[in-house]
This record gives sequence, structure tokens and C-alpha cells, in this order.
Amino acid sequence: MTEFLMPSLGADMEDGTLVEWRKKSGDRVRRGDIIAEVETQKGLIEIEVFDEGVIEKLLIKEGEKIPVGTPMALINPYGAEAETKKETVSKKKEVELQPIEEKTESKVMEKSTKKEIRIKATPIAKRIADDKGIDLSQISGTGENGAITKEDVENVIVQKKEISKTVKGEKPVEKLVEAELAKTEEKQVEGAPEKKEAQPIEAELDKMEKQPVEAQKEITVTPAEAIRSAVAAAMSKSNREIPHYYLEKRIDMSKALAWMKEANRERPIQKRLLPAALFIKAVASSLDELSELNAIWENGLQLKNEINIGFVVSLRTGGIIVPAILQADGKSVDEIMEVLNDIIPRARALKLRSSELSDSTITITNIGEGSADKVFGVIYPPQVAIIGFGNITEQAFAENGMLGIRPVVNITLAGDHRATDGITGSRFLGALNKYLQNPESL
Amino acid sequence: MNEEEIKNIIFQLLKKIAPETEPAALQPEDNIREVLNIDSFDSLQFIVSLNEKLGIEIPEEDYGKISTLKSLTGYLLKKLKSQLS
Repeated sequence: MTEFLMPSLGADMEDGTLVEWRKKSGDRVRRGDIIAEVETQKGLIEIEVFDEGVIEKLLIKEGEKIPVGTPMALINPYGAEAETKKETVSKKKEVELQPIEEKTESKVMEKSTKKEIRIKATPIAKRIADDKGIDLSQISGTGENGAITKEDVENVIVQKKEISKTVKGEKPVEKLVEAELAKTEEKQVEGAPEKKEAQPIEAELDKMEKQPVEAQKEITVTPAEAIRSAVAAAMSKSNREIPHYYLEKRIDMSKALAWMKEANRERPIQKRLLPAALFIKAVASSLDELSELNAIWENGLQLKNEINIGFVVSLRTGGIIVPAILQADGKSVDEIMEVLNDIIPRARALKLRSSELSDSTITITNIGEGSADKVFGVIYPPQVAIIGFGNITEQAFAENGMLGIRPVVNITLAGDHRATDGITGSRFLGALNKYLQNPESL
Repeated sequence: MNEEEIKNIIFQLLKKIAPETEPAALQPEDNIREVLNIDSFDSLQFIVSLNEKLGIEIPEEDYGKISTLKSLTGYLLKKLKSQLS
């Protein structure tokens, strides 16, 4: 029996809400089939299945929010043949799933009494408060313009735990916090909660939190805020953990653009190419030569066989999303352009498939026409490199002792110094230049 | 087709490509791509949709002639007239 788990769609994803099952018990699934739709910080994502077999049991109910790695369904790879194994696995799962079911009960309860009120709080504060069931409306923020910060929420968690030590009766948590907050206006709470006492206190708090709470207010997180928060988490992790090195190369685009102009002249409008398609193909071809950059860093360097290029798409409402062009090395420039035509509008509408969000092995950021001349990327963990393409501009360019005006692009590479050294990155940029000077070879 | 009708088509197609924007608020001399924050990909999609709606093929070398609302409307009117004649 195979467990189908809530997939991780990037280093920044902690959980997802099952919106809809697309398959039911007894359905046969094949690799690549859409099994479910899951709401994440990156929008409504179609989740693909990577095992073949018959769905034995759906373990999660629609509407449930579950952490990454939680079993969602049991898939029997041999169909109905493996009846005997089923029982033991199912029993084990029931035990493991208990906390998730409990969580759902309290969520449902909260929903029925919620009112929508906007409260200023940082994304991390909102997330902690959400996880711990803290009502943000009861907290005075100490951040910018009165915004509630992570510290404000943590203080209240400390206070809640202290209250639970003294209170015997069952009162709504918010009332207790409110009372304690009034008390603590005079005295500062010091120190962190003692871990040894955590278990009975947590149990008591859990019990209290299940009491219906009147007029509990919901913090509405817009898709733009969710994306911002996801970007913040991934980029902070990258900056914290990855020692970046940076390289840059100016590349003459005369030949590549002339080739593209000629190619576009022969094509109907619908099939016209953009420089981005050529860049993606050139990166994929260069990675064939410098495979150390097509990798992830997880307990050491792990090279990837497939070249799946993440392409940064910026959203007009703020934030970015990075869908993958899967197996880019096996695609022609035209095929890559077709994928872009399909994937960019879906990325902007936040409607991507799980493999398109989770399988990138390297990222390209193309700052695009009319913008900055160069971009130094921040690596998307656990990848080990990001390639940045600036605006193509006319520049003075010297070659073979002659100075001329050429369309030039500044290409940068940010590499993870744990995984590779500057020499690898430098060779990669050399290879990229070779391909862009010979676009017909792509 | 008159200028007003062409403008309406432009607004409608731009809104489809960039739903978060207000194309109808564009001023005649506004640079469409800059004001609506449209990148080269959206721009190509827009040119494709103009082709599908009006049957006008805009060659790459003419991209520079259609940057503002006024210049684009004028360009399309001229093309439509030459198609009729």
C-alpha cells in the first residue's frame, strides 16, 4: 500500500487545505493524474499523483488544512489483490490521523462564530496566531503603525500559558487573556514558558479552546498577502542558509536577436518567439555541460537528472510565482514558447499543477524589457543556482579590436558556494554565451 | 469601425490580459505597457488577441509605432481602412 502525502510545493510551504478530491475510493490512478485540488499560499494547485494503482481510501476530508507530509490517501498499487495488507496500514493511519481530525473540529467551530475584521499584523504574527488559536483583535500591536508583531503574539502565548497554571474553571480563553492583559499592563512578563510543564497546560488550553467563543474575528489574508508571505519565507531561508557567490557576463545578443527576428518573420503571430524562450533553451543546453548547477542541496549536493527550469513570473498585485518548464533540455525553442504561453497566464491566475511548482531544479529570473540592466537573484532553496537576465540594451561593445553598438544583455549567476565554486559558474556563463552566439544550434 | 469602437476593443482586450488594471483610464499619450505594467509576454498576447479580433497582423518592426493609446488606435484605423480598400 502506498501513502499519498500532502506534497511540498517549495521550501516555504508548511501546509495546504484540501479543497476538492478529483478521485474517489476505487478509482484507478496513473502517474500524472490530478488527484486533488489544494489551496496553498501560491493559489489553488492541482495535485498530481506519482504512483499507479487503485485508491483504497481517502483519508482527508475536503476543507481540512493539513501539514506537508500528512498522508491524504492510500493507493493500492495492485488494485484489489492486496486486501490483507490494507487492514494493518489503515489501522495505523487512524491513530496517526487523530490530531488532524481534532484540529478540524475546532476549525469548524471557529468558522460558525467568525466575523470579518481587518487587523494589522505581520504575516509571521498572523501565522503564529492562527496556529496557536490566538485572537489578534485582543492584542495591541507594537510594530509600525500599530501592527501586531511576532513578539506581540509570542508574549500573549507566554501569558496564556501562565494563566492556565492558575485557572481551574473553564472560561473562554479570550476572556482569560483579556483579563491577564489588563493585569500585565502594569507588570512586564519575563522569561519563556517552562517546557517541562507544557503537556498538562497544553491539554488544559486545548480543552478551553474548544469552548465556543463569541464574536471571534477572522484575519482575512488576501492572495497577495499569502504570496508575499511565501516569498518572504523562502527568501529569508535562502539568505540565512545559502552562502551565495555572484558572477556576471555581458553577452552580445546581435546574432540571437537576428535569428529570432528571422524566425518570427516566418511564423504566424500565435507562434512568435520571445527572447525568454531562447534564454531558457540556452540555459538548459548549458546545464547539460555543467550538471553540478542542476541540483539541490539537501544533506549535501544531489544532482538532478531532469532539467526543470523555474521561470520567475511577477504578479501585478505584488509578489512572484515560479512555475517550472519541465524537461526543458528535451524541448525545442518553439516548444518552450508554447509552454510559456500556457504556464504564464495560469501562474498569474494562481492555477498551477503541483509538479510545476515543486520540481524546479534551477531558476531563471528575466527582469525583462524596459527594466533594470542586471538582476542578481536570490537562490530558491534547495536549488543551488539562479540565473538572472537583465534588460537587453544597446551598448558600446568592443570585439576583435573594433568598437560597435550592439544589443547586449547582462547575465548573472548566483551560485550556492557549498555546492559549487566560481569556476563552475564561470564555465556555465561561457557555455551560455557560446549557445547565444550560435542560436541555430539550439 | 470608428475610433471609439476600436478604443473599446483595445480596453476590452487589455482588461482580459491584465484584469487587475483599468485600461479605460488610459490617457491618449500614456505608454500602455508602462502604465498598465504589461511585460513582453502580455504584450505579445495582446497583439495576438488584436489579430484574432480584428484580423490585423502587426509585424515586429511596427511594435514601436503602437506604444501609446493614441498611436495604437491610429495604427489600427489605418490598417482597417487599407484592408477595406
